[in-house]
Amino acid sequence: MEIDPFIFRLSIFILSIFIGYYVVWSVTPSLHTPLMSVTNAISSVIIVGAIIAALAGYSENVFNSSSIFGYIAIVLAAVNIFGGFLVTQRMLQMYKKKKDKKK
Amino acid sequence: MISSNLSAIFYLVSGILFILALRGLSSPDTSRQGNYFGIAGMIIAIVVTFLSIGNFSTSLVYVIIFLVIGGSIGAFIAFRIPMTAMPELVAGFHSLVGLAAVFVAIAAFLNPDAFNLGLVGEIKLASLIEMSIGAAVGAITFSGSIIAFLKLRGIMSGSPITFSGQHLLNLILGIGIFVLIFYLCKTQAANIFWAVIMISFLVGVLLIIPIGGADMPVVISMLNSYSGWAAAGIGFTLENTALIITGALVGSSGAILSYIMCKAMNRSFVSVILGGFGADSSKDDTKDKKDQKPVKSGNAEDAAFLMKNASSVIIVPGYGMAVAQAQHALREMVDKLKKNDIKVTYAIHPVAGRMPGHMNVLLAEANVPYDEVFELEDINNDFANSDVAFVIGANDVTNPVAKTDPKSPIFGMPVLDVEKCKSVLFVKRSLSPGYAGIDNELFYKDNTLMLFADAKKMTEDIVKNLD
Repeated sequence: MEIDPFIFRLSIFILSIFIGYYVVWSVTPSLHTPLMSVTNAISSVIIVGAIIAALAGYSENVFNSSSIFGYIAIVLAAVNIFGGFLVTQRMLQMYKKKKDKKK
Repeated sequence: MISSNLSAIFYLVSGILFILALRGLSSPDTSRQGNYFGIAGMIIAIVVTFLSIGNFSTSLVYVIIFLVIGGSIGAFIAFRIPMTAMPELVAGFHSLVGLAAVFVAIAAFLNPDAFNLGLVGEIKLASLIEMSIGAAVGAITFSGSIIAFLKLRGIMSGSPITFSGQHLLNLILGIGIFVLIFYLCKTQAANIFWAVIMISFLVGVLLIIPIGGADMPVVISMLNSYSGWAAAGIGFTLENTALIITGALVGSSGAILSYIMCKAMNRSFVSVILGGFGADSSKDDTKDKKDQKPVKSGNAEDAAFLMKNASSVIIVPGYGMAVAQAQHALREMVDKLKKNDIKVTYAIHPVAGRMPGHMNVLLAEANVPYDEVFELEDINNDFANSDVAFVIGANDVTNPVAKTDPKSPIFGMPVLDVEKCKSVLFVKRSLSPGYAGIDNELFYKDNTLMLFADAKKMTEDIVKNLD
């Protein structure tokens, strides 16, 4: 009997949880705030679904009930993507070593 | 237009880049590179989505317009936000992820054909379950994060809101969501789908209102985790690997942070969720008992004198420093001390502040090199060999009661052994207890000198006196 593709996705999901577990434990505590802002930014990859909703709808009508939700979701996710990555970058820029500032 | 196999491979690549983005955060040196990996992963995911749909009609123009609108808002916020407001910013961002998940799920429900999930009224069973779960978790994340945002912003009181039967109500609503999803699968009725979302919004609110201000680090981490699970739920619906991988990463990341925060407070996750901790913190503690105990208080001059004659100083920052925006003045003070060849280090408790790592970011903002900043377990033994501990805006995390009094609500919580220092300078506005609502024994120790003032003002005065 063939394996349902769902099982493959489930496997990816479970393995990713394990990867996440080990990777996140190795994050230094001083970077926990950037960790939260960057995870927030990457979880906005949900924009993929929003784009599908906006573009793959009924082609004859740009704004239909389904695509409108897609467009709004694009705005929400885009706020997060730009905001999340940029604020992370801004924070990480501030972390300096002792040597860096003592010329 | 590219084949779905090829796009699946690209989504896998972007998932891997996201893993590398988190991996980079293991050290500040590699963290910036990690962030670029994350950005690259996101660009790949978005471009591949455009290419795989292959719809380059007017809709695409609108998509790009909306993308630019959202992006500009995000960029504007990212550059303008003060570092002290990071906790509420993160809470606000979580709410957006949650709402986006809800909207994508709604779009998929209304037009399943576009997502290859079947036709309206005949959506594949598995997809229907996945999208309902994604929508429900997304809705809980959204409304919960809004409440967390309001509490952190101070628009809503940080004290817990509890009423009788609260947990029972949550339980009933939780079961209700599952029952509704079951009927949704049987009937495919849109009304049930809307009901699931509405109830989930309500559950999000009810889950967060009983949790007090002191538990905010846990709440934020928990919502971080939820936003990940919501994304993963949608990822299953869309059969998209990038989304599944990311959702799992973010979900486990948030869960680990919640665990670390709970452990740092010696509280079980369940008790945090059930809430009520930190209720009426100021009421019964203003009792006469503190008038009986003598407190030594001093001024900036005394503090400056003590520190000038010390050979090592440990700074213990807390939320009060963030509120008073005292980090820059503090840095100035430390610079002056260093000029006098005094060794200065910083000790950070995991739950200092309102979110994990909050203090580290503030100190980094004030140009404090990160290799002078130490975590609790790395520095706790140094207190005994140091001359002065300068506690600025921290309270409960220094309370020796956590080690001595089994009846205390914070008993067992790991605390900084500040009292082992030769002398302790405690900057605080008054003798009022901290969030946990417990009197701090440290105030009454012989080697403690209380500096009653606003943290920023006091630090600036000390700087003047150090000359």
